[in-house]
Amino acid sequence: MSGTTPEQTRKTWSPRPLIARRWLRWLALFAVIGYLALALITVPVDGARILRGFERSGRLFGEFLQPDFTSRWRDIRIGILESLTMTVVSTAVGVLLALPTSLGAARTLAATPVYLLCRGYITVVRTFPEIIIGIVFVVMMGFGPFAGFLTLTLATTGFIAKLMAEEIESVDGRQLEAIRATGASWAQVVLYAVVPQVMPRFIGLSVYRLDINFRESTILGIVGAGGIGATLNTAMARYDFSSAGAILIIIIGIVLVLEYGSSYLRKRLQ
Amino acid sequence: MLSIDQLSKRYPSGEQALADVTLELPSGQVAALIGPSGAGKSSLIRCINRLIEPSAGRITLDGQDLTRVGNRELRRVRRKIGMIFQEYALVERLSVMENVLSGRLGYVGFWRSALRRFPQHDIDHAFDLLARVGLEDYVDSRADALSGGQRQRVGIARALIQEPTLLLVDEPTASLDPKTSRQIMRLITELAGERGLSAIINIHDVALAKQFVPRIIGLRAGRVVYDDSPDALSAERLTDIYGAEDWSKALGSSPEQTSPEQTSEHAPNAPQQVTS
Repeated sequence: MSGTTPEQTRKTWSPRPLIARRWLRWLALFAVIGYLALALITVPVDGARILRGFERSGRLFGEFLQPDFTSRWRDIRIGILESLTMTVVSTAVGVLLALPTSLGAARTLAATPVYLLCRGYITVVRTFPEIIIGIVFVVMMGFGPFAGFLTLTLATTGFIAKLMAEEIESVDGRQLEAIRATGASWAQVVLYAVVPQVMPRFIGLSVYRLDINFRESTILGIVGAGGIGATLNTAMARYDFSSAGAILIIIIGIVLVLEYGSSYLRKRLQ
Repeated sequence: MLSIDQLSKRYPSGEQALADVTLELPSGQVAALIGPSGAGKSSLIRCINRLIEPSAGRITLDGQDLTRVGNRELRRVRRKIGMIFQEYALVERLSVMENVLSGRLGYVGFWRSALRRFPQHDIDHAFDLLARVGLEDYVDSRADALSGGQRQRVGIARALIQEPTLLLVDEPTASLDPKTSRQIMRLITELAGERGLSAIINIHDVALAKQFVPRIIGLRAGRVVYDDSPDALSAERLTDIYGAEDWSKALGSSPEQTSPEQTSEHAPNAPQQVTS
């Protein structure tokens, strides 16, 4: 540092603002704040109701803290087993169905008609939340875990196929070219150049989806698609909060185990 | 015998990569293809095995017109054309052995390749080749665990296990240091000689080409502007190919006296990329 540079020749620098015009920048800021303020005012807040809510939630949490595993154990056991079965079977079937779909939905590998078909399928499946697909399947197939299985299978294919198709599209094309140059067929190119590149991601996503499917399976019971959610819903409807608390504890336990299991496995794959 | 007759390639973007390229490569001859980036070197060799579809012209290999073969026949033709790539293009997550054996995919059915059940003579051949390129101790290493020079040796073994009659070599030394570059060029030209293969080697490094290859083809803007022995490659001819520059050091008196530092300095300093 010589310190000889005169003050006036130094160039100043500050990051460029997102919106160049100063008045527009301030206008946008005030508009956002004004909207938030107006939106808050329109939310109806009833003091008396909140007080009563506190009273009731006190009772609810009191009973939650004394979970009762025994009096409804039969229902709880059946519900949990149903949820776990739904989770495992729908993940397995969904992942298998997602394999061809993801290849078809990768622009770099599929012919245009196949690509459009697979992308269309993925878009339709992913447009609706699981709970809405669940309601439709309950209406079609009747109450019970079969509707839940169909829902989760469908959602799994959409989820895995979309993310895997993107993964397949972004593989290193030089490796594909090299395998193609040996005289390999399309299927062999997929097997030797694509699969090795996307395998870790595929296993990671499948395990992650297993985790998601269990959590979804607890919600699907509420619309009648079987599983522990149905048991939980019944317990809540009967104000049997001790049993509900027991169910919630079991759900939390299973989710934690799946969460740790899946993140451990994904770490091992890196 | 490879003959290329009035080959042209125009990309959908309108870029004319190759214009009326006519060449003959007798069996067993090795030729270097030099020229600036974007001159069409990569396009030319990729048109030969139809990784890129030519727009016009004919390419015949041992009497067969490659521009007219259908899909099934194209796979059979590609088995006879081994290719070696700029950045090795190995399948990074597969082992060295799997990468070498992938050169046999054109000969082996889907299920055999899926289950990695290659015929014993392919496996014997793979072991022989790995020993020849000095990688017998790395059979089960993953490709991404190897150094650049080692990876290119795997790439060479993968091309040779195809039992090709023609080698297409795309900038084999562009990602390697000067010493390894020489070793790899020597290995490629030696193996081509041993097996009587013809080869086209795309290369940036003029000194390296002069040192190892008996015939040099210069490409500029998709046209052949030089096709002769390395000795005839004067400063004026290099200017024809690359444009004006001081070529005195790149030409040197004898290639052996060119030190690695000098060559890397005088290699045309265009970015190394697959021109497509």
